[in-house]
Amino acid sequence: MKIHRKKRLINVLLLSLLSGAGILMVLYALNSNLDYFFTPSELLAEEVPSNRRVKVGGMVQEGSVRREDSIISFTITDYSKTIDVSYTGIVPDLFKEGSGVVVLGYLNDGKVDAEKVLAKHDENYMPPALQDK
Amino acid sequence: MLREILIIVIKKFIHQFASPKTYFYQVNRLYPWLLYISISIYISAIIWGLFFTPKDFVQGHSYRIIYFHVPASFVAQSLYAAMAISSAVFLIWRVKLAAYLARSIAPVGAMVTFIALVSGSIWGIPTWGTWWEWDARITSTLILFIMYLGLISLHNSFNNFDKADKLFSYLAIIGFVQIPIIKKSVDWWSSLHQPASITISDKPSIDPSMLYPLFMAMIGFAGLVACIVILSSKVQIYIREKNKNWVKDYV
Repeated sequence: MKIHRKKRLINVLLLSLLSGAGILMVLYALNSNLDYFFTPSELLAEEVPSNRRVKVGGMVQEGSVRREDSIISFTITDYSKTIDVSYTGIVPDLFKEGSGVVVLGYLNDGKVDAEKVLAKHDENYMPPALQDK
Repeated sequence: MLREILIIVIKKFIHQFASPKTYFYQVNRLYPWLLYISISIYISAIIWGLFFTPKDFVQGHSYRIIYFHVPASFVAQSLYAAMAISSAVFLIWRVKLAAYLARSIAPVGAMVTFIALVSGSIWGIPTWGTWWEWDARITSTLILFIMYLGLISLHNSFNNFDKADKLFSYLAIIGFVQIPIIKKSVDWWSSLHQPASITISDKPSIDPSMLYPLFMAMIGFAGLVACIVILSSKVQIYIREKNKNWVKDYV
């Protein structure tokens, strides 16, 4: 390889290395600020003022969903800590006991008053017939 | 001996193909084949995926938008990688054709990223219950879209093509760091978007009956996008080499 080409190759490599390192440092500094939601354990470990909006995510605990009129209450679990949620409105079709959920709302006395309930699904896709196997 | 002959042959091939004229005529010959094969693969994959695959055990029929969303997202990221490689080839070896290619990929990449964003939004409504959330995967893909647009407008803001190509290429290479971030965004941070179903290390978590048409759709879509890149690169050759005799003759 000719000298000037080698120089330019080194320049390009250096450029990508530096930009990569720079961005990685920024991401490392931002760290959990880029998280979309807290798990119940993370949320309960911190003192969150009741006027701050939070997003909590986890699994809907089996047997915890109760409906009264248009109010739906359930428990979010991350299999170590749980947090109770109440919500007025319509939940997405994929909202089910034992499946993923993210709620946006305010924390009051250890309970979340949700403004929005979103369903989360996992990366598995299969036909219904195979589910029982 | 054999090795030296091989190197000479490869060098000759690269030198010839790197001339815009040879590229232009070769690509013209290839184009109809690529177009018709890709269209037939893509259409059969879509028909297979929409009508002849079982529905999903959680999402029901709404999962079928995967046959549009996954190919678009995959190609959107691959195009950026192709653009960055092209840019590096231009910067190191000063191959003009590589600069034309990088510049011609940018608008196609923006379009495909837009398709990925829109199809993802449409998919989000019946499944997540929202069409837009600022989670890491969605936001980083939006940034990719803006990066494509930024590169295009940067290039357009120069009268001097040589300067424009150099700056464009440097910036495209710097921006490549975004691709692994998009890829890893669902693993590094908690997000609404689920982790990858198809990975290099593990068995895909999609049932084979749904996976084969998906692979087919990805191949067909990639071929179609390659056709658009070819058209777009021909436009770049027309613009940059408009004073060359062979272009005048061709037109």
